[in-house]
Amino acid sequence: MTDERTNDLWLRDLEGQPSPQALTDLRERLLRGLRYALKQRYHITESDIEDFVQDALVKILDNLDTFRGESRFLTWAHKIAIRVAFSELRRKRWENVSLQDLVPETLGSDSADASPLAWLPSDQVSPEQDVTQQNLRALLAQLIQEELTDLQRQALIAVAIKGMPLEEVARRMDTNRNALYKLLHDARKRLKQQLEAHGVTVEEFMGTFSAEK
Amino acid sequence: MKAKSKKLTNLLLTILQTYAREIGCDTCFEHLDRYVEMTLAGKDASAVMPLVYRHLQTCPACREEYEALLKVLKRS
Ligand SMILES: [Zn+2]
Repeated sequence: MTDERTNDLWLRDLEGQPSPQALTDLRERLLRGLRYALKQRYHITESDIEDFVQDALVKILDNLDTFRGESRFLTWAHKIAIRVAFSELRRKRWENVSLQDLVPETLGSDSADASPLAWLPSDQVSPEQDVTQQNLRALLAQLIQEELTDLQRQALIAVAIKGMPLEEVARRMDTNRNALYKLLHDARKRLKQQLEAHGVTVEEFMGTFSAEK
Repeated sequence: MKAKSKKLTNLLLTILQTYAREIGCDTCFEHLDRYVEMTLAGKDASAVMPLVYRHLQTCPACREEYEALLKVLKRS
C-alpha cells in the first residue's frame, strides 16, 4: 500500500478545517492498521477499534503542530493510534486491580506475612543447591526495603514483580507514565549502586548464574 | 538457569543494567516513528538512537507499542 499523499499534502488537508476526504482516508488507514496490529486479540471488536481510531483522530488533529516531519505522516499517525489503543487495552485489563491489592502497605510491619521477602517470589529451592540465588534474593529484598522511598518501593514492586503496566501504576499514583519511569529509573540507579557496593556486578552476576545451569 | 527464579533474575538484570542516562517514555515516543522507519529501511537505528534503543529494552509498554508499529508498517 503506498501513501499517495506527501507529508505537506496531509498537513495542508488536515490543518484548520480538515477536508472530509483527507479525514476519511486517514481514518481508513488507521482502521486497517489497528485491525492488523490487534488481529490476534480475540476479545477486541470492530467497534472497539472504531472507538480507538476516533480517539486517535482527535489526538492527531490536536497535535498536528508537533509533527516534525521526521517520518512519513502516516507513520506518525499510526504511532498515535497504537498508543491510544494499547493504553486503553491496558486500562481495561487492569481496571479491577488496585495498587493496594497488589502491594499491601503492611509491607515491613511486624505481622508474620510482612517479611521483606514475602513479595519476592520465593521458590522451593534448597539452600545448599542455590546459595547464591538465595543470598541475592535476600540482599535485594533488604535493599528494596531499606534504600527506596515508599513510593519507589511501591512502584517497583507493582511494575517489576507484579507486572502492572507503568501507566496503570501511574494512574493510581496520580502521576503519568513518563514521570513514573523517571521515578523507577532513580530507584534502579540507587539499587544498582548499593548492589555494586556489596560486590554484585552485572558481569559477576551473569557468571554466577550461567555456571549454575 | 532455573526457570522458577526468572523473575528475580530479570529484576536483578534490569537493575544492574541501569544507565546513568536514560530517556523517559515521552522522549521515546517522540522519536519512535523515525526509529521504526530506520529499522524498516535496514539501518541500524540502535546505533543512531541508542537512548531510544535502551528505553525499548527497559520499558515493556513502549516496547509493545514499538513492535505493533513495526508490524503495521511492515504490512503497508
Ligand atoms: Zn516507556
